[in-house]
Amino acid sequence: MIEMKHVSFRYEAGKEILDDISFRLEAGESVGLIGANGAGKSTIMKLLSGILFGDGEVLIAKTAVNPKNLYEIRRKLGYVLQDSDDQMFMPTVYEDMIFAPRNYGLSKEETEERIDAVLEKLDLKELKHSRNHKISGGEKRMAAIATILAMDPEVILMDEPTASLDPYNRRLVINAINSLSQTKLITSHDLDMILDTCGRVILLDQGKIIADGKTEEILRDQKLLEAHRMELPLSFTRR
Amino acid sequence: MNKIDQALYEFREMDELADQDSLVHRFPVLPKVLLTILYILIVLSFHKYDLSSLSVMILFPVFFYQLSGIPLRKCFYKLRFVLPLVMAVGILNPFFDHTVIMKIGPLSVTGGWISMLTLMLKGILALTASFLLVATSGIARICAALRRMHVPSVLVTLLLLTYRYITVLSEEVSVMSNAYHLRAPRQKGIEYSAWGSFLGQLLLRSMDRAEEIYQAMLLRGFHGHFHYVDEKPASPKDWLTGLLIGALIVFCRYYNVASFLGSLFVR
Repeated sequence: MIEMKHVSFRYEAGKEILDDISFRLEAGESVGLIGANGAGKSTIMKLLSGILFGDGEVLIAKTAVNPKNLYEIRRKLGYVLQDSDDQMFMPTVYEDMIFAPRNYGLSKEETEERIDAVLEKLDLKELKHSRNHKISGGEKRMAAIATILAMDPEVILMDEPTASLDPYNRRLVINAINSLSQTKLITSHDLDMILDTCGRVILLDQGKIIADGKTEEILRDQKLLEAHRMELPLSFTRR
Repeated sequence: MNKIDQALYEFREMDELADQDSLVHRFPVLPKVLLTILYILIVLSFHKYDLSSLSVMILFPVFFYQLSGIPLRKCFYKLRFVLPLVMAVGILNPFFDHTVIMKIGPLSVTGGWISMLTLMLKGILALTASFLLVATSGIARICAALRRMHVPSVLVTLLLLTYRYITVLSEEVSVMSNAYHLRAPRQKGIEYSAWGSFLGQLLLRSMDRAEEIYQAMLLRGFHGHFHYVDEKPASPKDWLTGLLIGALIVFCRYYNVASFLGSLFVR
């Protein structure tokens, strides 16, 4: 469903941000992309969504990501940004939710049906006509996920979905992620959340893949994590 | 709350005003936009000495503000920075136009004074009408109505995004201003020496955020024009109501209602 083949990226005259990255995600897989700051996680997300282009091949649902077919690629892909304020750019949750379906040519009726189903699924019906600046940070994050689900994407990219959320809202977001059947690639420093939501983890450091395997195995490997400026998840240190 | 936060709060309050419910709020936006444009054009068309006829046009905002439940004082409060500019437009007229228009006892009233008052009134009426439109409709519905009027998509999108980016810019100013004052507690404003870097940082941060928002739009299929919330189209009854109000506005322009009312009391 998602594939990167020998992808490298550098900003002009800068140092290499990504160096020969290759991985593949099967349909329905939920994968965590972890690494210290500057490891290259966000760059991978930007390459997958066609915000940046590098060397090598990037495929989403067997379609190559290139400037010519961005419209098609982005129809299959939803990207939940780290900052929900940037994601929610319309005045109300409803207007934000209809934005993508209407851009992709869905009729008014189809759009209504779809957003009602998404709001029902995420238990957000009461937020439908709320003003974006009036809802809390947690609600905004859930609403941002809802705007992406309204696109009915095959692949969902999430950048720090639980950043700056309180425990209650963090749990709501984790439950929402677990309820999604799409292929998911999630970047986060919240390793406990990764443990709860992802069956597989890719560990990055300085633009290279250091480890790729089962979440439990990688996140229990204290030496490996510490060698790459990370720590064991809190749920492991407490045991 | 600092001044920027206060400004942001007031700006967002416009959306809350638009969420209220009244006859004026429920009236479809397309005829409302057309009526506002007609009203402003009619107000601007009055002759510079025709203050008495123009004064009748005050009745429209007074009536519709009452009907909408939005206090007129709220409008004047929110427009407090713009109104002095409007007032200043005709301020030099009394110095240049000495034509005596009428006499009140021994006092000669010159054309300059009358035209100054007319210009001021025109500005105030145009602003109050525009404010009422925004406060009872909201920017998204106005943009949708403008698109239905075949205003070019690029202009309407520009209007909507300008409205959106005002809050983005204000939020950045607010964050930076708070960060500055937390480390300069005894300063009232921002020191002149810091203005350059403050504005530079503001520009860079705003550009970054604007870019993020634009990317978020592109990622959700944006390709140049917005799909607005579908509003129930105006019914024949709405159009008839709009037509009657429009006719009344035009009537007040061509029939001197003020002098008719005056003749009822003064022979």
